Amino acid sequence: MGMNITEKILAAHSGRDRVVPNEIINAKLDLIVCHDVTTPPAVQMLRKLGINKVFDQSKILVTPDHFVPNKDIKSAELAKQLRQWREEQGIERYYEIGNHGICHAIAPEQGHVLPGMTIVCGDSHTTTMGALGTFASGVGSTDLAAALATGELWFKVPETMLFELSGDLPFGVYSKDIILYIISKIGVDGARYKAMEYKGSALKSLSMEARFTITNMAIEAGGKSGIMPVDDISEEYVKARTNEPYTCYYSDEDAVYSETFKIDVDQLEPIVALPSLPSNGRFIGEIERVKMDQVYIGSCTNGRIEDLRIAARILNGNKVAAGTRAIVVPATTEIWKMAMKEGLLEIFADAGCVVSTATCGACLGGFMGVLGSDETCLSTTNRNFVGRMGDPRSKVYLASPATAAATAITGTITDPRDFLKN
Amino acid sequence: MSQLELTLKGAAHVYERAHINTDEIIPARYLNVHEEAELARHAMEDIDKDFIERVRPGDFVFAGDNFGCGSSREHAVWALRGAGIKAVIARSYARIFFRNAINNGFLAIECPEAVDAVQNGDDIELDLANGLMRNLTRGSEARFVPLSDFARELIEDGGLLPHIQKKAAQTS
Repeated sequence: MGMNITEKILAAHSGRDRVVPNEIINAKLDLIVCHDVTTPPAVQMLRKLGINKVFDQSKILVTPDHFVPNKDIKSAELAKQLRQWREEQGIERYYEIGNHGICHAIAPEQGHVLPGMTIVCGDSHTTTMGALGTFASGVGSTDLAAALATGELWFKVPETMLFELSGDLPFGVYSKDIILYIISKIGVDGARYKAMEYKGSALKSLSMEARFTITNMAIEAGGKSGIMPVDDISEEYVKARTNEPYTCYYSDEDAVYSETFKIDVDQLEPIVALPSLPSNGRFIGEIERVKMDQVYIGSCTNGRIEDLRIAARILNGNKVAAGTRAIVVPATTEIWKMAMKEGLLEIFADAGCVVSTATCGACLGGFMGVLGSDETCLSTTNRNFVGRMGDPRSKVYLASPATAAATAITGTITDPRDFLKN
Repeated sequence: MSQLELTLKGAAHVYERAHINTDEIIPARYLNVHEEAELARHAMEDIDKDFIERVRPGDFVFAGDNFGCGSSREHAVWALRGAGIKAVIARSYARIFFRNAINNGFLAIECPEAVDAVQNGDDIELDLANGLMRNLTRGSEARFVPLSDFARELIEDGGLLPHIQKKAAQTS
């Protein structure tokens, strides 16, 4: 009986020839990513136990991202604790404000994510990094503390669901629509405790930027991780960023999967997930053109350069509708700079959008676009739970950057194909 | 040795819905702190504003499927524990919440049968030695899904960090 990629990575990192689903293993970690919300409590736990040194500072990456630039005094204290700790530990992979980015975007962008790695971070969207053929999973602060102290962590080997994506995405349909479609089919607990593995011919037409959007949202189906096999596109992405060696793992022909789903992406249309679950996805033609008070383009899900290019293409020469606010948040400083050089920031500004520095910000109701009572927002983020972006009575709709840009122009939920045709 | 009390008694706070997520258990706008007492003031705020007024030390939260889905914030466990909750009893759990719970030595018990039978305010007795949940108000009893040996060991050790320290002491 063969093994799939996830099983092979976990076996190799726990000193075993093979692992099977549901067994508990201790896996060595290759990369631990730290941000300003969940790391300070982990550091506090380690201090209480008298553990003053991390296991290996070269395997740790630190970037403040959630509430930075500091949104209030309490957040400033968290960011300060993170900064002091990283200095005291001598962690070199550090991205200070002005050079920072949302952790799941900046870690691969800056060449720290290599195929075959095991990665944890105190954040549920850590699954993003699985698009480069890694096992990447979100953990809480206690796990993070244990990982920082020992370089290892316990895992229950997950069962794996296989998603075979065939065909080519139609005009105006994007990888966000694929993952919203999948979650609408399997539900927010459809992949609970499981790894979500993707393969198939449709991947060939997806850039790394587009792929990260898919693995990013594994957690929105309850998944432990999302993973894609390494191919020419991912190798090119990695080699452009680092010379470090790495190992690629591939699923055996006779690998075992708990379920297999075949999706022909040719059949998809733009999708919008209605409030208040990411699984409430509907084809855009089936829903009402609800009025939006705000449109938000950004986050670890859809704040990469390709997302901004698509949004700018639609917004170019248009204006954000009266009565609607549009906020654009590049996911990293590097993306912000690229957007500037390519003239995208000017397009956004001319259209009447606000462009922010990189931050998780309003995606989780932090700042820079928090919603008031009964306000509506169409957002390219990952989660539309009650109160996610602000007041518990506000309503969040999830969609692709193209749908978001088209919606910003009309002020009501709009099919991006209406604008792409012009 | 075990730090667990084997019999726990308290009142039930029931949220039957599935997918109660971490944004509801502790909204992200309060994640600029991580002290339990401070987090507890906002526990369940977006789903039940009066929860924190009603809850008494030793009480239980009952919930439907996939409790604690969403973010990895351990603040969700800390907010509930800070509010005095001794255990959550749900039909099922999202994995990171469950992991955070046992890593903290906090009881996250799976017992669909008990969730079916419970009403808000019922007096509950949790008999950990026998794996039983007694609803004293209704005179019913349900057997809960036993914790795995590994989860049990973590909870008995008081959480992941004490567990790792114990293991390190044993091997040195």
